[in-house]
Amino acid sequence: MENTLLRLENISVRFDGEPILNNIDLDIKDKEFVTLLGPSGCGKTTTLRIIGGFVTPDSGSVYFNGKLMNDVPAYRRPVNTIFQKYALFPHLNVYENVAFGLRIRKRSEKEIRETVNEMLSIVNLNGFNKRSVTSLSGGQQQRVAIARALAVSPKLLLLDEPLGALDLKLRKDMQVELKNIQQRMGITFIYVTHDQEEALSMSDTVVVMDNGNIQQIGTPLDIYNEPKNAFVADFIGESNILDGVMREDYCVSFAGHTFKCLDKGFGVNEPVDVVVRPEDLDVVPKEQGMLVGEVTSVTFKGVHFEIIVDIRGFKWMIQTTDYYPVGSTIGLTMTPDDIHIMKKSEYSGKFGDYSSYSDEIDELSENKEAEE
Amino acid sequence: MNKERNIAGKIYIAVIFVILYAPIAVMIFFSFNSSNSMSEFSGFSFRWYNELFHNKDAGQALLNSLILAVSSSIISTVLGTAAALGIHSMRSKRIKKVIMNVTNLPLMNPDIVTGVSMMLLFAFVAGLLHSLHMFGFWTLLIAHVTFNMPYVILNVMPKLKQMDKSLPEAAMDLGCTPFKAFTKVEFFEILPGIASGLLMAFTLSLDDFVISYFVTGESFQTLPVFIYSMTKKRVVPYINALFAIIFVVIFILLLVRNFMSKENKHAAK
Repeated sequence: MENTLLRLENISVRFDGEPILNNIDLDIKDKEFVTLLGPSGCGKTTTLRIIGGFVTPDSGSVYFNGKLMNDVPAYRRPVNTIFQKYALFPHLNVYENVAFGLRIRKRSEKEIRETVNEMLSIVNLNGFNKRSVTSLSGGQQQRVAIARALAVSPKLLLLDEPLGALDLKLRKDMQVELKNIQQRMGITFIYVTHDQEEALSMSDTVVVMDNGNIQQIGTPLDIYNEPKNAFVADFIGESNILDGVMREDYCVSFAGHTFKCLDKGFGVNEPVDVVVRPEDLDVVPKEQGMLVGEVTSVTFKGVHFEIIVDIRGFKWMIQTTDYYPVGSTIGLTMTPDDIHIMKKSEYSGKFGDYSSYSDEIDELSENKEAEE
Repeated sequence: MNKERNIAGKIYIAVIFVILYAPIAVMIFFSFNSSNSMSEFSGFSFRWYNELFHNKDAGQALLNSLILAVSSSIISTVLGTAAALGIHSMRSKRIKKVIMNVTNLPLMNPDIVTGVSMMLLFAFVAGLLHSLHMFGFWTLLIAHVTFNMPYVILNVMPKLKQMDKSLPEAAMDLGCTPFKAFTKVEFFEILPGIASGLLMAFTLSLDDFVISYFVTGESFQTLPVFIYSMTKKRVVPYINALFAIIFVVIFILLLVRNFMSKENKHAAK
């Protein structure tokens, strides 16, 4: 645990009697890019606001560099925030917005000028000094907000869904840019998002949250390949999640067959959740398949087809570059490496079956999240 | 058909404006009359304006009114803005609603009730303090601040609600104490509301007769009270001149306010 920058210990929060966070423990290392990932209402933004000093936890402690921060007000914390809607000051121009924190700190006019110009060039806004912030596009406003926060050289930068309001193309560009800025300036970033792709591509560490609890902490690769429970497996990427029984170490039964796998340490005949990622399944002629089923829907996604296959009443999702028409019977194979075993949890049976799957429903719920 | 309706509409509007403004126009017209007749125009002159400016009592009343309007509008704006900030930051929606209703009540209350109750209160306090010469500037000031404050709150509240609530948080995030966050950021956001509240308080204070009439004293007469006491004797034409001046001043204030709100909309874009 050397160079831990921030530590949350046993944090609990309730709003109007509703529990928002339950005993959150979190260690964040210096210069790390940490993402808090979860659906809306999971407590990720509240966690960020506790670190920023805008919410006081009901119990638990916040340590910064080993020092207790609970009673330190927001304006004395060495932490800065990028707000969801940027929160630029409309009565000040771009230059004065970036200079704001420096003026509060009573820096000399010369130092302010140098820092502001440096920050504006970091975010590629040279020559925008005199512009009114209300005349800028969303992406430009976002850059001003970043420059404003960086200007006061924080040790830790909190980002609350900073790219949520931008369109897809711009969002991808900004992801790369943010990551670059983080590495170049050597600042710790805590990034809040509900976009799993964003979390996987930018972070050193991903913290998956749901219902006020941390579900899993790990590198993006760990989270994707070794999800701890059905919630994580479903939230990160697509997953087929089946009920299975662990026969012995390296041997699991599900979907009416017994398979070799790479997992061990479960009890004999212990019920488990089995995860198979859609892209890991290979389609073969039905005679060669470990599993055989009928195609019930095909969706073209650009890079690949998304095929739903009915195997003994369970709908599997498969991603493949080859086209198989609806109604055809195909075989599936997988290697032991493709099978991931999880302990049963409160989320078992809630996720990972594509029987009610439809693009429309998915999109609707995504829009809803975006609005929030 | 459409055209006919158009013409009819224009005539209707014209009639309404004539009814609204004819009395004022007649009054201004007669303020330039050279004789003291109210029905016969005997020639153009500045006679009554001249007399008005040489009438000490009227001048003093006007000055009193201005002093009262300026001081009461500034005090009520400061207090009202502070109150709006406090109400806005209340956690409980229920208590917020109750407080808003309490502040709105004086707006609905008839002036005469406010005036008489204020007078009774002041008389009661004067009795307690054994000071009979209490009525005057200070009672007027208290009364005017009291009836102006709800208007200021009413003007400032919407601006606070419109404001992105992460703005003061962003200011604190960058190192401002809560007070500095107000003076450096929030204040500018709600400034249009504060300004229109101030202007409204100023005109209301200048305009008020009913409440002022009950709480005023010999030592300090406002213009409306002075005019009323004058009409009890004999109508002197120089009050026409006075009214004309008041009308023009209010008209200019109104223009300023409209201009300001236009600027606002412009800035919001």
